[in-house]
Amino acid sequence: MTLTDRQRPGEVAAAPRRRPRRIGSIEVLAVLLILAVVARTWLPRAVRSPRLLEWMTVFVSIVVQAMPFVVLGTVLSATITAFVPPSFFARALPRRPVLAVPVAGVAGVVLPGCECGSVPIAGALVRRGVTPAAALAFLLSAPAINPVVLASTAVAFPGEPGMVVGRLVASLATAVAMGWLWLRWGRDEWLRPPARPDLEGLSRWGAFLTACRHDATQAGGFLVVGAATAAILNVLVPPRWLDTVAGHPVGSVLALAVLAVVLTLCSEADAFVAASLTQFSLTARLAFLVVGPMVDLKLFAMQAGAFGRRFAVRFAPATVAVGVAMSVAVGALLW
Amino acid sequence: VRREAQSLVLLLVGGTLIKIAMAGTYARYVKVGLRPYLLAAGAVLALVAVASLAQALRAHLRPAAAGNAGDDRGAGQGHEAHHDHDHDDGHGHGQRGLDVAWLLLVPVLALLLVAPPPLGPSAAARSGTALTAPASSDFTPLPDGDPVRVSLVDYATRAVYDKGRSLADRRVAVSGFVLAGEGGQWYLARMVVACCAADARPVKVALAGDLPADLQPGGWFEVTGRYLGRTAKDEVNAEAVPCLRVEAVRPIATPAQPYES
Repeated sequence: MTLTDRQRPGEVAAAPRRRPRRIGSIEVLAVLLILAVVARTWLPRAVRSPRLLEWMTVFVSIVVQAMPFVVLGTVLSATITAFVPPSFFARALPRRPVLAVPVAGVAGVVLPGCECGSVPIAGALVRRGVTPAAALAFLLSAPAINPVVLASTAVAFPGEPGMVVGRLVASLATAVAMGWLWLRWGRDEWLRPPARPDLEGLSRWGAFLTACRHDATQAGGFLVVGAATAAILNVLVPPRWLDTVAGHPVGSVLALAVLAVVLTLCSEADAFVAASLTQFSLTARLAFLVVGPMVDLKLFAMQAGAFGRRFAVRFAPATVAVGVAMSVAVGALLW
Repeated sequence: VRREAQSLVLLLVGGTLIKIAMAGTYARYVKVGLRPYLLAAGAVLALVAVASLAQALRAHLRPAAAGNAGDDRGAGQGHEAHHDHDHDDGHGHGQRGLDVAWLLLVPVLALLLVAPPPLGPSAAARSGTALTAPASSDFTPLPDGDPVRVSLVDYATRAVYDKGRSLADRRVAVSGFVLAGEGGQWYLARMVVACCAADARPVKVALAGDLPADLQPGGWFEVTGRYLGRTAKDEVNAEAVPCLRVEAVRPIATPAQPYES
């Protein structure tokens, strides 16, 4: 919150820090909270519009729903940062990146929950020396192929076991393909994770706490940006708009891929929404289930926060394209 | 200073999660089963925040100690590096140096000051009924009671997918909010949530028979009636909407758990 001289990461602060006599974050926070107490009396009466309240309900719902997963992801990523030595990953993953990508993709099975937790974990993996391609494969596959999500898909599509298989295969294929694409065409300079507090010289617990605090506020802050945007579209997209494209074989697949990005549903819940989109083909709904956990507005904001915007603007569209292609291919084989 | 502020923001977020989970308002936003996870997440955030504050306080009280000096410098360095990056990359939504951690205060204040209401009539009227086929076609017999209280989803599922066989001629009581449809048709509806309110979809039941003349759209009612072997068509997505022959209508308060699953 304070404006200090710009410095390169790694440079030791040479200039004396202007500690005294400036408006710091604590003061800003105190003023904000005092304003909030004042607003308490008139704000509830001022917010009357049903659409605005609906937006607010959806917005806080996405945030509240995601927080347990953000906290889980943060604690895991801080644990990786503070307690797991880089040599562990060097031994656990195949040395050749081409092989490390599918192994990391399959490892996504072990992270139960939805996508918000996997972003900080993938960030921690990159910082721990895991090849970015493998960390990205993990980032994409973890929310889509874990047991909780597959079970909820099975419940949502009781008469269609192919949907669970299709989701597993198409999601894993997309994650691994994106990892390999990154190996071939990705450039490390696109990845610009924001510098974090230097953990050198801290005790392990000190490093754990610092990493937790940093990851939770960063992931949480970008989650708020994504949730606010998604809630606007969630409240404004008219359902009738969908009916006009449902019959078109290509249009329906693209429409549901876009809808998955826009609606920003939790990967544990999206199968239930897909099941209710009965006017669409199974392939189109598979694309919805494959794209949603990998790219949505909330994830885009969080990925931009964790890896830099230059990364996110290239990675997200490519993932949508590969996800749609894989869904169409798997759908053609299944149905 | 930045890390103390971050810690306080986290403390607020954690405290808010615990508060809505304890007070029950969380049920307006997420499925009921998420409560223990909200409590756990809130507790972890609060603990991290308090431990972080204690660490900072210790460093403040003993500024000369070598280990803490390193700690302090480390935090400051990361701080400046972060600003630099924000500026170059422009991904920091706003002015240079704005820490996204502050954005976490927006949902916190929305929850504490406004506590937005559960999704209801206006959301339900825009979407088609979203009844899903049950996993098995074997329907368990209705529990005892006259009238027997069932969820709106249970009634609708039995009516549509069991053709009302397991409902027979039993008197059922269902609760939900009322919606006015085309041609004076009234519906009783309930939002169904799989995870959070972002995926909420309505399930509707068409009401047949005598209704109070002063019915207001959006009001919550408990409706007692019997299965009527007839289905209506949803006005939005043309899916089948079951009917209920109304015998009695009683206004109720908005339930603490407004969604069904």
